[in-house]
Amino acid sequence: MIRSKLVLIVTVALAFCWTAADAIAQTPKKGGILKFAVSAEPPDYDCHAATSFAFIHPVRPHYNTLLKFDEPNYPKVKGDLAQSWTVSPDGLTYTFKLKPNIKFHDGSPATSADVKATYERIANPAQGVRSIRKAAYSDIASIETPDPQTVIFKLKARNASMLTNFASPWDCIYSAAKLKEDPKFPEKNVLGTGPFKFVEHAAGSHWVGERFADYHEKGKPYLDGYRAIFITNTAARVNALQAGEVLVEFRGHSPADRDKLKAALGDKIVVQESPWICSLVVTFNTQKKPFDDVRVRRALSLAIDHWQGAEALSRIALVRSVGGILRPGYELAAKESELVKYPGYGKDVNAARAEAKKLLDQAGVKELKFKFLNRNIPMPYTPVGVFLIDHWRQIGVQVEHDQPETKAYIANLRGGNYDVGLDFNCDAVDDPNLQLAKYISASKSSINYGRYEDPKLDDLYNRQKGELDQKKRYALLREFEQHALTQAYSIPVIWWHRIIVYWKQMKGWYMSPSHYLNQDLQDVWLDQ
Amino acid sequence: MAVVTTTPEITYKAPKRRHPVVQFARTQPLGAAGLVFIVILFIAGLFAHWVAPYDPLDLDYGAMLAPPSWDHWMGTDAFGRDVFSRIIYGARTALAVGFLASLLGSGFGAVIGVVSAYFGGRVDMLIQRFMDILLSFPLIVLALTVVAVLGRFPVGGLDLNLIVAIAIPMTPKVARVVRSSALAIRELPYVDAARAAGYGHTRIIFRHIAPNVVAPFLIMFTAFIAQAILLEASLSFLGLGVTEPTAAWGLMLSGTSQEFYSQAPWMIIFPGVAISFAVFAFNLFGDSLRDYLDPRLKV
Amino acid sequence: MLRYTINRILLMIPTLLGVAVLVFLLLRAMPGDIVELRFMMEGGQVSPETLAIERARLGLDKSLWWQFYDWMTGIFVGDFGTSMWTGRPVIDEIASRLQLSLQVAIMATILAVVIALPLGTISALYKDTWIDHLIRVFAIAGLAVPSFWLGMLIILGLLYSFNWIPPLTFVPIYVDPWHNLSQLIWPAMAVGYRYSAVATRMTRSTILEVLQEDYIRTARAKGVFERLVVSRHAMRNAMLPVVTVVGLEFAFLIGGLVVTEQVFNLNGLGKLFVETVTRADYTMVQALVMLVAAFFIFVNFVVDLLYAVLDPRIRYR
Repeated sequence: MIRSKLVLIVTVALAFCWTAADAIAQTPKKGGILKFAVSAEPPDYDCHAATSFAFIHPVRPHYNTLLKFDEPNYPKVKGDLAQSWTVSPDGLTYTFKLKPNIKFHDGSPATSADVKATYERIANPAQGVRSIRKAAYSDIASIETPDPQTVIFKLKARNASMLTNFASPWDCIYSAAKLKEDPKFPEKNVLGTGPFKFVEHAAGSHWVGERFADYHEKGKPYLDGYRAIFITNTAARVNALQAGEVLVEFRGHSPADRDKLKAALGDKIVVQESPWICSLVVTFNTQKKPFDDVRVRRALSLAIDHWQGAEALSRIALVRSVGGILRPGYELAAKESELVKYPGYGKDVNAARAEAKKLLDQAGVKELKFKFLNRNIPMPYTPVGVFLIDHWRQIGVQVEHDQPETKAYIANLRGGNYDVGLDFNCDAVDDPNLQLAKYISASKSSINYGRYEDPKLDDLYNRQKGELDQKKRYALLREFEQHALTQAYSIPVIWWHRIIVYWKQMKGWYMSPSHYLNQDLQDVWLDQ
Repeated sequence: MAVVTTTPEITYKAPKRRHPVVQFARTQPLGAAGLVFIVILFIAGLFAHWVAPYDPLDLDYGAMLAPPSWDHWMGTDAFGRDVFSRIIYGARTALAVGFLASLLGSGFGAVIGVVSAYFGGRVDMLIQRFMDILLSFPLIVLALTVVAVLGRFPVGGLDLNLIVAIAIPMTPKVARVVRSSALAIRELPYVDAARAAGYGHTRIIFRHIAPNVVAPFLIMFTAFIAQAILLEASLSFLGLGVTEPTAAWGLMLSGTSQEFYSQAPWMIIFPGVAISFAVFAFNLFGDSLRDYLDPRLKV
Repeated sequence: MLRYTINRILLMIPTLLGVAVLVFLLLRAMPGDIVELRFMMEGGQVSPETLAIERARLGLDKSLWWQFYDWMTGIFVGDFGTSMWTGRPVIDEIASRLQLSLQVAIMATILAVVIALPLGTISALYKDTWIDHLIRVFAIAGLAVPSFWLGMLIILGLLYSFNWIPPLTFVPIYVDPWHNLSQLIWPAMAVGYRYSAVATRMTRSTILEVLQEDYIRTARAKGVFERLVVSRHAMRNAMLPVVTVVGLEFAFLIGGLVVTEQVFNLNGLGKLFVETVTRADYTMVQALVMLVAAFFIFVNFVVDLLYAVLDPRIRYR
């Protein structure tokens, strides 16, 4: 099994290198319309209030951000509107030099004033303006614009995540003039500096962008335009891909879809795969009996065979790796050798299940029965739910699968109206500050649905946040993980795996571990 | 031709007394065929644990998405579960949902219909207006909203709220038909006589009116079993019906099947055939039952 | 007659008002709300203050009475409000989908009538022969096969035989008839089968009934040819119930395409309805339900009027 996995990793890695090398070797051709599928639709047009990939995919090509991630060299960042930047030694001053000749789609020049107006809107939104990620920018004390090409951010406190924040795909740079007229202007209008101009949004149907001739990077974009088609039904989406009606879908496919498309289309398509910064997490409602008892939680944790589950699920669902709280493969995440030592992660499942039964006995819980709250989205929630229920059945626990629609699912999780639930944790970047937030005390985190308080976890969280020495931070993170998994409030079951299948005439697109990143389509071209 | 069929009673032969089932089978061969299939479904559902070759919940990671073979007659699904076994167990779910929902819907509808007809006047008016309101919601729209409102209340893998959601849209239709049958009876002398004798409302309704609306009730009841099975399939398809891992036909068409159906078509072909056959059988039987009991009734 | 008409129109008002109250309350009883869904469906860390601001923005912090009053007064001046999800006017959202659903419904109706009239008539004329049995089986099967499943099979068939799927985006028929028809003919077929089954059964049973009426017997007795009897007398009189069923089924289709539209990725009212219900977009769902209910009630009303006008035996008090 390990061998086959190794072979797989090597092949995937090779495929990765091959496509990357291939893309570099060829000179991009101009022209063509890229048609791609999106499985949902953006509600309105304001980046600062958006939270969904369904927004990023059609809208991001209209805009630029200050920095962006340098695919395929993730997690390195590079300039988008910024040409260069410096950080003062005390870590409190960030100075950005903008590229010359940046224009908005209406022809007006974009300057430091626009960057300032944008970040002021994000950090201190006016009345009625929604800024979802406001908290991440609360360390900004002031923004100065000494000249049209220079922006200086002064911080109140050191913040190790600040550069990552400036590369956030959500921080679209808006026109200061338009924002002054109406702070809500971006909600209903699209005016950016990005490689593509907005043409049309047919509600429920499609979204069209066309090449922006005055784009500040000469010669780019290569495409004449793009057409995003909204297809909510999974089968319809895959069928559209197979029939060549769309060339790609950028969120991700299940392994079965990949195999099917590969079988049907052979070398007409290319596959890229990557671990994904999304995990599925079993969360216990610690305010409900018997889940307030750590022995019961531990028992249910021990019953899960992560390794066998990952092996099987990775063949049908878009999940693959067993991991802890951080994404497997990320430099600060636990290695497999450390992972197997965590309670519930051992490879001898029979021993673990025997221990689980013993723990249930000790806790005086007989014939445990509960409702398992899961989201009614088939991929990957349903398969993982079915697999968990099967594993719990192995230690004699009877589980009722409850899969309400998403809004009821969220309401029940948030309201503590559940026994055990399958929660998820999805972020745009690998960042312990983001991923650990799910596990710290409920009073300190808006996304802890286990409703527990654990000062030890909070303390470790704060210590790792301020720790600039990677090695020490690594150790702190292991301590955090060890404690969290021993208490077993929430157990990361499996990490997602992103698979993108596209027709090979699409070139210049690189995989990233997040479906929120690298979607400006600036470097994408069609070989036809 | 039609003229001939209207006058068979003229020949006076001592009518042979046959068992009603035999009589039904002779006059309604299609209906009898439907009945046979229903009986088969029942047996399959009741004795699923003997009929089915596998446990419908057993995951087999070694045989995921296997095409039909000797081991798995109808192939396996994304979890390696045997499709044939799940269809057999699915009969249980379909019959349970169908019967319970239809019983609830037509039972409730019948009560409302009889009460509405018996009391007449204001009561009738009010009830009828409310039924109009329910009727003007499209069936699936109403069921969808009710499922969303009630949430889920699973008992033994069956969602009781789902049954309620399916039953509610049926109620006004049954109420309508039963009401008009009951209206005709209300005017008959023996009901008047009962009233004159000073019997209470409940007694008159149950002893005198109810037995006379049994025929339309039975006909509606059978027809709605079929409708309930279809509606359950539609709701499950939309992700609002029965939940995994329960074996249910509609569910087998949705969820992961949506991911895989174009590469593993057996995952959707067989459950779809099962739904169609079951609904077909109930419709066939229901139709013939109507012809047999009350040919003039329009459902 | 006039009094009856006015009465019927007046009766429509309380029914519609009842629908309004019912849908309004049902929606508010659903667990979960649009704001949580919008900001938390992909797991972001959103502060409770942000959620509160957004709720206030949508008017969800107001009392139920006020919300209902606001909605009702809006309707009376023709303002159905804006979608809580997209912020666009409800009317625009519906209008952009209505054309597609209407066209599928019309195409399915044509298909159904073309199939049902001859089949139903033949079935009635050859009652209890093998032809009749065959047609009845065809019709009952039509009621049994889930249309969305039929749709899935159609797509599978097209994909595997021609490696082709129907176009994904809608183009009005007057812009590009070929594109338009090659997209919509398949869903029309998928729902049309059921529809034609309903109409076939109705045709059969009404013709059977009409054939037993006195005037047909008289015509027969007078030695009028069988075919003439059927075409002149029976067919015309049998049309009314058939029209009724076609009308009601049509009204049903407008809202009943819900599941089939998912399969074909059609951007119609059904898909819009499912999406808005799952999002708890109150204003949209309310408007859609009212639209479908009003349409249904209206068709019912027209059908009843037709009866009164066309069939002199029916007298309304």
